[in-house]
Amino acid sequence: MSKEPSKKKNTSKNFAANSELSRIDITQKKFRIGDYLAEKIINGVAFLSITIIVLIFIFVFREAFPIFSTSKELKTAKTENIIQAAQETYGDATDQAKVKFTETYGDVADSTTAKKSIQLSTQATDTASANAAKKTYTVSAGSGSDDNKSALKTLVTTEWVPVSDRPRYGVLALIIGTFKITLISMLFAAPLAILAALYTAMFANKKMKEIIKPTIELLAGFPSVVIGFFALMVLATFLQEVFHYETRLNSFVGGIAMGIAAIPIIFTITEDALTAVPKSFYEASLAIGASKWQTAFFVILPAATPGIFAAILLGIGRVFGETMIALMATGNAAQMDLNPFTSVRTLAATIGAEMAEVVFGDTHYNVLFLIGSMLFIFTFILNAIAEFYVKGKLMKRIQGK
Amino acid sequence: MINNFKKDIKGFVIEGITMVSALIIIAIVIIMLSVIIIGGKSQLSWEFLTSFPTEGMTKGGIFPAIYGTALLVIIMSIAAVPFGTITAIYLTEYAKENSIIAKTIRFAVRTLAVIPSIIYGLFGLGFFIKFVGGGVDGMFFGGQLKWGQPNLLWASLTMSLLTLPVVIVSVEEALKTVPQDLRAASLALGATKWQTIRKVVIPGSLSGIMTGTILAVSRGAGEVAPILFTGAAYYIATLPGLSDQFMVLGYHIYVLTTQSANVDQTLPIQFGTTCVLLLLTFMLNMSAVILRYRIRKKKNR
Repeated sequence: MSKEPSKKKNTSKNFAANSELSRIDITQKKFRIGDYLAEKIINGVAFLSITIIVLIFIFVFREAFPIFSTSKELKTAKTENIIQAAQETYGDATDQAKVKFTETYGDVADSTTAKKSIQLSTQATDTASANAAKKTYTVSAGSGSDDNKSALKTLVTTEWVPVSDRPRYGVLALIIGTFKITLISMLFAAPLAILAALYTAMFANKKMKEIIKPTIELLAGFPSVVIGFFALMVLATFLQEVFHYETRLNSFVGGIAMGIAAIPIIFTITEDALTAVPKSFYEASLAIGASKWQTAFFVILPAATPGIFAAILLGIGRVFGETMIALMATGNAAQMDLNPFTSVRTLAATIGAEMAEVVFGDTHYNVLFLIGSMLFIFTFILNAIAEFYVKGKLMKRIQGK
Repeated sequence: MINNFKKDIKGFVIEGITMVSALIIIAIVIIMLSVIIIGGKSQLSWEFLTSFPTEGMTKGGIFPAIYGTALLVIIMSIAAVPFGTITAIYLTEYAKENSIIAKTIRFAVRTLAVIPSIIYGLFGLGFFIKFVGGGVDGMFFGGQLKWGQPNLLWASLTMSLLTLPVVIVSVEEALKTVPQDLRAASLALGATKWQTIRKVVIPGSLSGIMTGTILAVSRGAGEVAPILFTGAAYYIATLPGLSDQFMVLGYHIYVLTTQSANVDQTLPIQFGTTCVLLLLTFMLNMSAVILRYRIRKKKNR
């Protein structure tokens, strides 16, 4: 339909016009409302993913924000409060342990800490915070500045007791727990996945490749709740029989299970990085007399290190935000120690377990959103590092600059 | 050649270590698959799939969970697939490869892919339920709580955000396999750019769009964290509508294993549900893998 006029114009115009020019002529020939709209829509929708990221930023932070709304009033009393909080938490080990295990012991713990604070002659502030805590519990409105004050005060401590007469939101234990589990899972998954990727990229024949790659893709498709179920029902019992530790569900089980979930990510990115190393590297190495495995370990692997680094970073991001496995297989007790065989509670699991039970707008609710923002920022930064720094370096290295 | 013998042995051992790591991963997958399938096999029956839970969830089937999962992924796909496809079209057909806009969008897509799923749940709660739902309630229902609470629609939309990058990435890959010659030929015949995309590029990459949809569905069916507090429920006696809470396979597993009082009693149901979910995602992924390998083959040809 549109050919007729365009042809005419073409002939009337310079014959020597190259094909590029005539194509532009055709597209500019006639204004088509359908085309115009379609392109506008496509251009608009393309920004959707950016918009979503911005919205996530805004809305997750918005819900976390009320907790900081009183920070100005707090400034004067801040140092005093922190000192008090520190003394409270580090003061009595046994009372701490009680609190960690079950929230019903909260009352006992409260009385002991209260006693202690009398000794420390900071009674006034303590009773104030106790009142504030009661208010949180009964009124359940986030607007009261006292609630936020007491919540903020406890934020950098190690006690996570959100539901008690005097709630404490010490996220340190959660952060330590998350890092502990991340470390365990990376120690398990990273070597396994990287070596397997090396095998697939360098040594495996075509048949093995055709087995390994789809298997990894299937593993990537395993729902995390299924891996969590497997860890809870099978892996936990098995590992307990092998290692004879006390608590059945602990950071070790959780770490291994999360490692399984992280293997596909680490494997895929590492394999991509390894195969992106130019063939000339490989050939040059073989030509000067290196064997295949020497080439793999001393030439290809070093050349791909930035990519492997990125793989591990993204693996860490995956484990860091993993919720269902953490909920099901780690025991979920906010304990702070470095023993791999004790229960932990991760940041993500805390959100998952407690968000459904809090009152909207409560301090506890705000703190959970604050944890969410922390998770978000952390994974965002990890991804940004993996994206810009590492990729730039990888390209430079491969191009030999 | 002879003094290479020592090197060869060392090489053999090292190669062996890498091979063992690969085999361990394969073994893990096989063990997980077989344990769950063997554990749940006896439970699988037509009745289990099509009946409601009875006797306080300790007996009966998981039909509402299957129904909820199906509705969830359908609504999710309706939201995610068109937007994902359009973004992919923009990235391959319109954006200049190294322009700042294209780079930013790509970065955003990859960021979306790595944001922890629980954050999507928080976002769904803060944005869809409180902001949008609460706003709708305030405007149309006089502040009565109708949409401003967890329900199927908000959960599906939250899930669609999570699966958006999956769709974008696979569609983009498929669009790139459509030969440049075809586009040039279409344009040379006088078709406009949009006509070319509609009549040549999209039909040529339909299988890629299919792959993306399947992967997204499989991901959406398996994820639980985003719907923990945006709509999933422990037990609902009736089949859900858009504004109701609903049961989902993944959440069902989580609830039965960790939240219910009699974990041992429901053990067969747990295994059965996990088996159903695993087989579902397994089959979806399998077909996606096959489709994708076909696309890649076509590209390499």
